[in-house]
Amino acid sequence: MSFVLTCPHCGVREVADFAFGGEVSTRPEQPSFRELCEYNYFRRNVAGVQREWWYHRSGCRTWFQAERDTRTNVVLRVGLPGELDGDWAPADGAA
Amino acid sequence: MSRLAPQPGERLDRTEAIAFTFDGKPVAALDGDTIGSALYAAGQRTFSRSFKYHRRRGLMCCAGHCPNCLVAVDGAPGVRACTEPVREGMRVEHLNAKPGLELDAMAVTDVLGGPFTPPGFYYKTFIRPRRMWPVYEWVLRHAAGLGRLPERQAERTWRTEYRRRHADVLVVGGGHAGLSAAIAAAEFGADVVLADDGPEPGGRLLWEGGHATARALAQRALAAGVELIGSASALGHFDGLVPVWQGNTLHQVRAKHHVYATGAIEQPLLFTGNDLPGVMLSGGARRLVALYGVKPGTRAVIASTSDRGVQAATALIDAGVEVLAVADLRTAPSPLAARLKERDVEVLHGWTVVASRGRQAVRGALLGRLDAGTADSVGRQFECDLIVVSGGVAPATALIEQAGARTEYDPERGHFRLRMLPPGLWAAGEVAGEGDEQLVAYSGARAGLEAAHALGLGDDGSTGHTAQPAAPIVDEALAPVLATGASNDGKGKGKAFTCFCEDVTAKDINRGVREGYDSIELCKRFTTVTMGPCQGRMCQLSSIRLMSAATGQGLGQIGTTTARPPWSTVPLGALAGRPIEPAKRSSIHGLHRDLGATIKWAGDWRRAYDYGDPQGEALNVHEAAGLIDVSTLGKLVVRGPQAGEFLDLLYPNRLSSLKPGRVRYGVLSTDAGRIMDDGTVSRIDEQTFYVTTTSSGAGAVEQWFSWWLADWKLDVHLSDVTQTLCALNLAGPRAREILSRLTDLDCSPEAFSYLDCRQDQVAGVHSLLMRIGFVGELGYEIHFPAAYGEDVWNAILTAGEPEGIRPFGLEPQRILRLQKQHLIVGQDTDSESTPFAAGMPWAVKLDKEEQFIGKRALAHLAELPAETALVGFAVANGQLPTEGAVVLDQRGRAAGQVTSARRSRQLERVIGMAWVPSALASDGQAITIADNGVRLSASVVTEPFHDPAGELLRS
Repeated sequence: MSFVLTCPHCGVREVADFAFGGEVSTRPEQPSFRELCEYNYFRRNVAGVQREWWYHRSGCRTWFQAERDTRTNVVLRVGLPGELDGDWAPADGAA
Repeated sequence: MSRLAPQPGERLDRTEAIAFTFDGKPVAALDGDTIGSALYAAGQRTFSRSFKYHRRRGLMCCAGHCPNCLVAVDGAPGVRACTEPVREGMRVEHLNAKPGLELDAMAVTDVLGGPFTPPGFYYKTFIRPRRMWPVYEWVLRHAAGLGRLPERQAERTWRTEYRRRHADVLVVGGGHAGLSAAIAAAEFGADVVLADDGPEPGGRLLWEGGHATARALAQRALAAGVELIGSASALGHFDGLVPVWQGNTLHQVRAKHHVYATGAIEQPLLFTGNDLPGVMLSGGARRLVALYGVKPGTRAVIASTSDRGVQAATALIDAGVEVLAVADLRTAPSPLAARLKERDVEVLHGWTVVASRGRQAVRGALLGRLDAGTADSVGRQFECDLIVVSGGVAPATALIEQAGARTEYDPERGHFRLRMLPPGLWAAGEVAGEGDEQLVAYSGARAGLEAAHALGLGDDGSTGHTAQPAAPIVDEALAPVLATGASNDGKGKGKAFTCFCEDVTAKDINRGVREGYDSIELCKRFTTVTMGPCQGRMCQLSSIRLMSAATGQGLGQIGTTTARPPWSTVPLGALAGRPIEPAKRSSIHGLHRDLGATIKWAGDWRRAYDYGDPQGEALNVHEAAGLIDVSTLGKLVVRGPQAGEFLDLLYPNRLSSLKPGRVRYGVLSTDAGRIMDDGTVSRIDEQTFYVTTTSSGAGAVEQWFSWWLADWKLDVHLSDVTQTLCALNLAGPRAREILSRLTDLDCSPEAFSYLDCRQDQVAGVHSLLMRIGFVGELGYEIHFPAAYGEDVWNAILTAGEPEGIRPFGLEPQRILRLQKQHLIVGQDTDSESTPFAAGMPWAVKLDKEEQFIGKRALAHLAELPAETALVGFAVANGQLPTEGAVVLDQRGRAAGQVTSARRSRQLERVIGMAWVPSALASDGQAITIADNGVRLSASVVTEPFHDPAGELLRS
C-alpha cells in the first residue's frame, strides 16, 4: 500500500504518514444488541468507493475523511468532517 | 582462453586483464566480462546443479532470466553469473552441489529419486513412520535451498541508501522503445526517469548489431535531460510507487505517468534433456558472441519457431560456428530461411528438436518432424556441442500487470498480450506486442508523446512526429503448432523441463492435472512451477501450454497466475533499510544513566528498570521513601465550556461532577464495553481537566479523544502535553516530610488528602501535585515543565537524604503495584476484557443518565455471567510462574492465564494476577497453573496482598 493522501492542512503526503480510522459509519442511537454488535464488529468492506477516517499522526494530528476507491487506492476527495457534502448513503443499504 | 576477433559493439576492454577465482581455481577475464562469459571462455560448461535433481546446468539465456548460472560471490549466494560483472579478486563459488559441481553426491536423486520426489512429494513421502521424522527433516533441510548465507557477519558493511524521486514520467526498460519514449517525453519538457537493467541502455540493439543506434539514442536521451538509472531493476508497481534497486541504492520513484517498455522474454523449447549444458537460447548465444567475443560452440543445430532463431544462425556462422541444420517449426519457408539455404545451411521445415544427447554436456541432437501434434520417432541424429533454441517470446508484462493492466491470450502470436491499460500507463515495444524494429521505435515515441500530452506538455501538432509504419504480417503457420506442440508430454522417456528453477517436468504438470489440480493457480502451488528465481520468465507460458494439452482447455481459458512483486531478486537488506529504532527518553534520562540504572525498552521508551537492586528499592518504598520517573505517562489537557460534558461522554463514570482540586480514577471503555485504557482525571478549574493515561496508551487515547471531538464538535480544546511535562512519583511513609521541605504547600493530611490535586511550587518550579497511589504507599505525583526535570529530581533526592530516600525503577514499581493488585491495561487485560470481569465494577456508573461510550454494551455485559475473572493469587511453594502460563479449570483444561507474577520480598511470597474461571474466583480457592510442563498450586487472593484496606495510601 503506497498511495498518497492529501491532508486538508498539510498537503500531499505518503499514506504511511497517516493512521487509518476505519469506515465512516453512523453510530446507532438506541441500538438493539444485534445492531450494537454489527456497529462494533462488522464492516461493509466495499470493493469500490469508501468514505473513511484518516488521522495525520506524523503531522498536524487532524482527523479528516477521504473517499477512496478500495480497488485501485485512488483517493477521490478529502475533507474535514462535515465538508464532504451530502448524506452518505451506503451502497448496499444500512446494516 | 581463446576469444573471437574483437566484435563491433563488444563490452570488453581487451587491454585490461582481471583475475578472479571460481571454486578456488584462478580464472583469467577481461574488463567488461561477466562471470559467466569469462568462465565460458575458459571452458566451463557446468555452472550449477539444479534444485531438486542436481542435474548439470549451463549458460542458457545469458540475460539474467533463468536460474542456471546462480553462484555465490564473496560469500553472498544468489548472484547470476551471466550478468554480474567481474571484479579483481572476486571469490566465486558454486551452489547446490557437494562435494563439487563435477561430482555431486545428490545427483543420485536424478537417477533414483523420481518416485520419491514427485511434485508435492512433501505431502506424500517422508511422512511415515512418524518417528523417522527427525531424520527426514535433517535430510530435507540439507537438501533444500540454493545456497548458504554466511553464518557470521562481523560488521555491517552493506548499507542501502534510500532516495525518493518524484518525476513526471518513469520509463521502465531502456531498449529501443524505452529510449524512444523517454526522448519523446523529455523533448517536450517532461521530467523523465529511465530505468534499465543493463550496464548501458539499448536492450537488444546492443547485441543484434544495432549498438550504434543504441548509443545515439542514449546520447539524445541524456541531452534531453532524461535521468538514466542503469544496472537497475524495477521491483514492482505499488499504487504508483516503483522501487528501483540499483546496487546499494533503492530509488523510490513516484511518477505521474508510467511507460513500460520491458520487452519480451525468449522462451525455451520443451524436449527430452532440454536442460543439458550446451542447450542455449538464441539470444544467449548471440550475447556471448556480440558482447563478449566468446564462441558458444563449434558445431551447432538450431531449433526455432520464428525468424529469431533463423537470424541467430547467420550470426553464429559469421562467428565461425558450423551450423549443421536449422529446424524451423514453421511449415512455410520464410524469406530469411531461404537466404540461409543460399549459404548451404540445411533448413528443415516443420521440424524441431526432439531430444538432446550427452551426459555432461551436449554431444548431439535428435531432430524430428512434428506432424499434427505427434512427434515422429524417426528423426535425424546430429553430432554437435551446441543446440540453439528459440521458442518464441513472452512479453514481460509482470510489472505492468501489477500496475493494473490485464492480458489475454493471442492465438495468432502464441502468447499473452496486453489487452487493457489503466489511465496514466503506457506500454511500448515488444511488451506491447510490437516485434518489428520500426514498430518498436514508433510505439516508444508515441507512448512518450502521449505521456507528455497527459501532463499538459506539447501541442496538437506534435502527434505528426512520426508516421506509423505498416504492420508486418504475422506468420500464421506458427501459432497452431505451438498450441499443441510439446514434443514430450509425458509419453517419452527422460525429462523435459518446463520449470528449470524448481525442476518441474512436463510429466509433473500432467500428473498435477491428473491429481485434480487443474486450474493454473492450484497447479502452480502444487507443482511449484513459476515459483523459483525466474518467477515464470522461462516457464509460465510453457506450463500453461502443457495444462492446455492436459485439460483440453484453451490457453485463454486457463489464463495466467497473478503477477506479484518482486519481479527481480533483491536482497532483504535492500528493502529493510537502515536499522534505526526510534527511542523516546524522558528529559532526565541522563540522570538515570549516571545513577547506574539498568535501561530497558518499555514500548517506545527507554526506561530505568532498576538502579541495581529492585527488591531492595521496593522494600525501601515501604520503609522510607522512593522516587521514580513516570514522565512516560500520557498527559492531556482538556479545556473548554463543554469539557466536563465531553469527558462524561467518554468515560463510564461521572467526571463533570468532579470538584476543582479533586482527582478521580477513570477507565476508558470502547463502544463494545471493553477496557481501552485507564488513568486519572484531575479537575484544575471549572473548565480545565487534566487527564493521564498509560505510557503505551498515550497516543491511542489522544487519537480517540480527538476523533470523538471531530465528530461531535463540542466547544473543547485538547492539548497533548505528554512530552512537555516531566512527572515524578514520590512515595513512601516519609514522603510527606520530604515534600514539605520543598514547597510552601500545606501537606498535612487534612489539607492535602488522598485524591486531592494542588498546584504550587516544588523546589521553585511550578507544579501540579496529585495524591494518588499506584504503588500503594503515601505518595505524590508531581507534574511540571520538563526543562526543570534535573533540578526537581535532584532537589527531592537531596531533601530526602536524611529520610533514606532511594530512587526506584520500573521493576520495583511493578512489584509494588502487584502487591496492591493494581492492574496494568494491556498486561493484565486484553482487547476483550470488560471492567466487570477485571474486577472494576465501580468504574462503571450504569445509573449515569447521560449517554456515554459503551453504555449500551456495558449494560448488556453487566447482566452476563463472565467466564473468567481477574484475581490475585499466591503460590504455595514459592515457585515463580511464567507470565502467560495457563490456568486450568476443574477438569484440567486450559481456562485462563497468568498475566503478572513477581516475588515480593516484603510479603515473602510469590504473588501474581491471573484470569481464572469464574467458578474458581473466590478467596482461598485452590487453582492449578500449568507452566511449561510443570504444575503449580496456587490459591486465589481477592483482596490486595499489602494493606488491603488502603490505610497507608490514605494516610
